Amino acid sequence: MRSARTPLAAAAGLAAAALMLAACTTDAPTDTIDASPEESAAASEGDWFDQAEYDRQLAQRDIEPEGPADQPWLQAIEPEWVDTEEYAVEGGDHTVCFSNASVSNPWRVTGFITMQQQVAVYEESGDIGEFRVSDAGDDDNQQISDIQAFVESGDCAAIIISPSTTATLTPAVEAACDSGVPVIVFDRGVNTDCAVTFIHPIGGYAYGADAAEFLVDNLEPGSTVLALRILPGVDVLEHRWAAAQQIFGASELEVLGFEFTGGDAAQIRDTVEQYLQRGEVDGIWMDAGDGAVAAVEAFEDTGNPYPVFAGEDELGFLRKWEETGMTAIAPVYSNFQWRTPIVAAMRILDGEQVPSEWVLPQEPVTEETLPDYLERNADMPSLHYAQFGGEDLPGYPEAWQDR
Amino acid sequence: MTVDQAPAGPPPGAPTPPAERPAAPPALRFLGGASGPVFVLLILIFAGIFTLNPSFAEPPSMMFFLRQAAPLIVLAIGQYLVIVSGEFDLSVGALVGAQVVIAAALIDGEEARTLPVLGVMLVFGLMVGLVNGLITTLLKVPSIITTLGTMLVLSGAIQLWTGGAPTGALSESFRVAGRFGIEDVPVLGQLPWALLILVAVALAALVLMRSSYGRTLVSVGDNETAAAFAGARVWLVRTGAFVLSALLATLAGVLIGGYAGVTAQVGDGLEFAAITAVVLGGVVLGGGRGTVVAAMAGALAVEGLFTLFNQLSLPSTIRPSVQGLIIIAAVAYAARQGSLPWQRTRPRAPRTVQPTRR
Repeated sequence: MRSARTPLAAAAGLAAAALMLAACTTDAPTDTIDASPEESAAASEGDWFDQAEYDRQLAQRDIEPEGPADQPWLQAIEPEWVDTEEYAVEGGDHTVCFSNASVSNPWRVTGFITMQQQVAVYEESGDIGEFRVSDAGDDDNQQISDIQAFVESGDCAAIIISPSTTATLTPAVEAACDSGVPVIVFDRGVNTDCAVTFIHPIGGYAYGADAAEFLVDNLEPGSTVLALRILPGVDVLEHRWAAAQQIFGASELEVLGFEFTGGDAAQIRDTVEQYLQRGEVDGIWMDAGDGAVAAVEAFEDTGNPYPVFAGEDELGFLRKWEETGMTAIAPVYSNFQWRTPIVAAMRILDGEQVPSEWVLPQEPVTEETLPDYLERNADMPSLHYAQFGGEDLPGYPEAWQDR
Repeated sequence: MTVDQAPAGPPPGAPTPPAERPAAPPALRFLGGASGPVFVLLILIFAGIFTLNPSFAEPPSMMFFLRQAAPLIVLAIGQYLVIVSGEFDLSVGALVGAQVVIAAALIDGEEARTLPVLGVMLVFGLMVGLVNGLITTLLKVPSIITTLGTMLVLSGAIQLWTGGAPTGALSESFRVAGRFGIEDVPVLGQLPWALLILVAVALAALVLMRSSYGRTLVSVGDNETAAAFAGARVWLVRTGAFVLSALLATLAGVLIGGYAGVTAQVGDGLEFAAITAVVLGGVVLGGGRGTVVAAMAGALAVEGLFTLFNQLSLPSTIRPSVQGLIIIAAVAYAARQGSLPWQRTRPRAPRTVQPTRR
């Protein structure tokens, strides 16, 4: 994102560059950016909607996950276990390699700290000898060569990949699989199932539906909703919005509009103030919670009553929610998923079974669970995510505080 | 401040003291020249907004609008100073972002740290401006490259320092300037501090441009060789413009941070918004012509235009494209200035000596 102030943008300086800049600046924590232009162009309508996947995700929200309830990062929804004996390696001191798309937003920063702390546990126990990380800075080409370098070095006992985009990274992931080393993909997906396990929370449809259903349930029919979006063409964000459109469409709420803000607080405030100027806004739906506080402040500072609000589990927003006592929900894209790939790698190298698709629970923060999450994260900075799931790790809490 | 600051046709080779053109009466001068269209545009944009949404014309709404526009106007003033002296400052967006992120990280929510951190930001802004100015003037690096470099250095360094995403939090008192104002003012409702700060900065800019420094700045942009012959220390004058631009970007950072709080994207694209505002105001890229008032009007027009788009329910993704078109159209228009028959009355200072400045 910040890397998006690129020479390209500056040199060209005009529309195209600015658009690209916006595209690179995505703060979307979760997203598989799909580079294909047709799909991006068609972004605003229902092309992103996949009924079967939508139904599946909405159903998964109600399925009791397998695994220990107090360790959600180890839980899995309807797992299909696969054998990994072929990958088992005697002894410990493994070299685990991680190709990271980037740490360009607070959600990824939080997750990466959790991951490193999880690694520290295994280093302590002697299971991990070395943890090699390469950060592609949101650059597909960089990540492709990062993965190649891992494969060519021949040192990696397991390769963990958090892909920056779906289609472009697929061949690189396939090449890593072909090298015979176990590959673990998490967060954003790729178009191949060659990885031993693909780890992710339920997904974008569930996120968008959690938020939209809450607004429908808590607003009178005929109320108005403003949707604040980060940017078009990013699949998980589009899935969130596609799900919301389904639910709003079947409701009696009036969607005033959807605005792309790039996650920039100043633009969010500006947009909300302008809508407030045009008329009443009763509810806010966001596809990612970045800058949610700025939206709330727009209502405060213009003297309007608080809207019913769907944000995210970023602590700044959760604190604002508690402080103002407004009606809100915080859908989550489970940040604790950053721990799971390390655990998975250890299991695979021990020859234990793992789910082929490891679907982690994705439970929104509600009014009932809000006090608990606030208390657990009382000393954490505002740009931290409540469901980071690292409270039991040795570096807690300093590692997440001093970032 | 009159619209036309350009030196009026001096004898060839002679030093060109910036003189106001004696001709046309003020009203005509106001609408003529490169700066005229911006005022017409401004009137059209606001007529459009008021027609679509009459409640926008109410004073409290205007106050909100001006508070929100204040940072860009402040940036446009800084950008004007640099552009009129014949240079560019592409680093202001990154500097705004850096300043907000620095403020959040250093203050970390502690009220007591607000003032010291403001001091740190001031010093940091000063340093960035000095570096931009000295590298451009003494090392003869074209400013478009210098400030592009600064922009990358700043965003990279901030990323390195914060580990990719901003940390910490701004204090309440830090946010007062950008977020609050004097409450319960009759008619206006809330009188935003940001607006008062903006008025003070605008007045200071007007005074500055009327001072000998301001006049020298314009003449340096118009013809640096001539200005040098006239005794201007060109490097010092230009470095001053970069320093002022960086300090104004720091102020804009305080206002934007106050207005909206800290996110990773603060400041993104502001350099282009500021340049758009300045060229829309008819200030000629390459320097020497245009007024600071027109640059401020340009910034208001840019903000107004985005408001109009919102009122028309156009998607916000249209903004970059429109910004690009405005830059091209405004520069093209300005380039035509003087080549049209009725504009012959204002010859450019002859560039007899082709300076070997780069």
